[in-house]
Amino acid sequence: MFYREAGDFKTSYREDSQTFPIKFDRLRYYAVLAVAFGIVPLFINDYWANAVAVPFLIYAIAAIGLNILVGYAGQVSLGTGGFMAVGAYAVYKLMTAFPDINIFFHVIIAGFITAAVGVIFGLPSLRIKGFYLAVATLAAQFFLVWLFNKVPWFYNYSASGQINAPERTVFGVFVTGAQTSAMAKYMFCLVVLTLVALVARNLTRGTVGRKWMAIRDMDIAAEIIGVNPLTTKLSAFAVSSFFIGIAGALFFAVYLGAAEVGEAFGIQKSFLILFMVIIGGLGSIFGSFAGAAFLVLLPVFLKNVLVGTLGWPTDLAAHIELMIVGGLIVAFLIAEPHGLAQLWRVAKEKLRLWPFPH
Amino acid sequence: MPDIVLYAAEVTLNGLMAGVLYALVALGFVLIFKASGIFNYAQGVLALFAALTLVGIQKGQVPFAHLINAMTGNHYTNFPWEVPAIVAILLAAAVMVVLAIIIEKVVLKHLVNQAPIILFMATIGMAYFLEGFGDVMWGSDIKTLDVGLPQGINDTIDTVTFNMFGYGFFIDNLDIVAAIVAVLLVSALTVFSQYSKQGRALRAVADDHQAALSVGISLRFIWILVWSIAGFVALVAGIMWGSKSGVQFSLSLIALKALPVLMLGGFTSIPGAIVGGLIIGVGEKLFELLIGAPFLGGATENWFAYVLALVFLVFRPQGLFGEKIIERV
Repeated sequence: MFYREAGDFKTSYREDSQTFPIKFDRLRYYAVLAVAFGIVPLFINDYWANAVAVPFLIYAIAAIGLNILVGYAGQVSLGTGGFMAVGAYAVYKLMTAFPDINIFFHVIIAGFITAAVGVIFGLPSLRIKGFYLAVATLAAQFFLVWLFNKVPWFYNYSASGQINAPERTVFGVFVTGAQTSAMAKYMFCLVVLTLVALVARNLTRGTVGRKWMAIRDMDIAAEIIGVNPLTTKLSAFAVSSFFIGIAGALFFAVYLGAAEVGEAFGIQKSFLILFMVIIGGLGSIFGSFAGAAFLVLLPVFLKNVLVGTLGWPTDLAAHIELMIVGGLIVAFLIAEPHGLAQLWRVAKEKLRLWPFPH
Repeated sequence: MPDIVLYAAEVTLNGLMAGVLYALVALGFVLIFKASGIFNYAQGVLALFAALTLVGIQKGQVPFAHLINAMTGNHYTNFPWEVPAIVAILLAAAVMVVLAIIIEKVVLKHLVNQAPIILFMATIGMAYFLEGFGDVMWGSDIKTLDVGLPQGINDTIDTVTFNMFGYGFFIDNLDIVAAIVAVLLVSALTVFSQYSKQGRALRAVADDHQAALSVGISLRFIWILVWSIAGFVALVAGIMWGSKSGVQFSLSLIALKALPVLMLGGFTSIPGAIVGGLIIGVGEKLFELLIGAPFLGGATENWFAYVLALVFLVFRPQGLFGEKIIERV
């Protein structure tokens, strides 16, 4: 009944190759956009924006970025936190050095700077593979965090070593700084996320994405059929770091407002985003959203249940949360190694035949 | 002799000792990777868990006291006894064996034939779980571990070097003990894998899973065995690091220190783990002394090992002693 191609005639190549070829899917996509842009901003308040909505939007950007690298191109990276820090410090330097330029462009330029750094740390991927590469990306994580801690130029010689986002506006509305309303934060991140998702979705189903997947499935075979490993791997690192840099910039400028690099962009952040990608589903844009939503909502939910309802001490609740997150990851990998995105695909297949499965 | 040379010599010796400790952790990784192809990220947390269990048993803590108290409103903390160190170590080793069996039954059994990256992620999940579990079971406060190992400056070395150079070297007794224990452990492991039946089976599995299966070696038993041994190595590493700097969360971060050691030495080589550990131990201490502290603002130990391993791997992708990587389409 749902998701049915029957009767949905395509009369041009353009229609045939659009992002959502099935009509129901397309309508659902427009409905989600309409709700996200039209309805949610009317009801959002500070608690929901800071606890759920804004972190979800920002982590979704980071998860899309990491998913391109790990899920599509098959290069495991544990340096996400470090690259987010590059985005954050880049946007901070730009904001303070060029206060007249709109913050939107600062965020995009921060993305490009992170992409350049990502390419440099991606160079070893041409020689080393698999676990060796995963561990090698940790070099990026530790080195970058150390760099931002030790070189005062990056935090403008401030006494505390912290970076603080100055107040900036888009169309006369504050999007960073203390006066920012919940709605402005939400809308700014939402616009960036929508653009990122659009670009990512179309990159992954085009030539570039197919090259990434060929390298992921077997790099030697891909090389033999004419995929250039140098440009393919480095482009994956560049695009992935670009998105992660944007996420880092937003995380610092819009969400946190003030950041200390080791705390905000430590190795825990790298793992958190990796988990989002795994739980959501490797090699799926939808999965990045699902994984980010899951891991943002889970701690909020657990905290409400354990501390709010049962009245347990917060430190105990934090440990139990670790156990549950760890246990869920293992359970997910055993039950469904392809993550939430695969569940969604199965549900779609079922809905396609429903109510007459035979 | 100029001071800087003496400092460098002292730092080198201390680096060697630290390298032995890194190698101890790396050893656990290598054992599991050789036998099952699993890159076990949880090794560091295993060490933390082992150390927590050891302290908990020794001090007679009530397991899950915090949780029970939260649910029932009681105030349990300790049993009215203390367990002698040696008994506590044996009990902790037994707990690690049980843990190995549980890991095999609950996790690994279901993940046979999955891609290595999935298994790696599963061990990260296990690391999180164990970290939370260890804290819930024994509490998350910083504990001191004392199993009667000598600690503090070694007076003999101090006096001898003072008489020779006019400058006493500071070397911790604990580091010397750790080095001796590491040598004993590696010798024992070598003897075990060379001369015992199980050891030979273990090497057969490491060599070729299918061939080992076809001559009647039980893969699952070998996996339990190898995880138990890794648990035991983790216990030893946990005792050493725990005695040095207390049992706390940061203990599990030694896994991160051991990773570049592995990259340098090769994931599949036990001698590689030792040599890699020594190189990194000495390298990072000397770099910090000669370049890091004077020119770069210090704290370079956090990343030096990684960058060294990274640069090294670009020239030799399989590490110092790793098996040559052959790829076929």
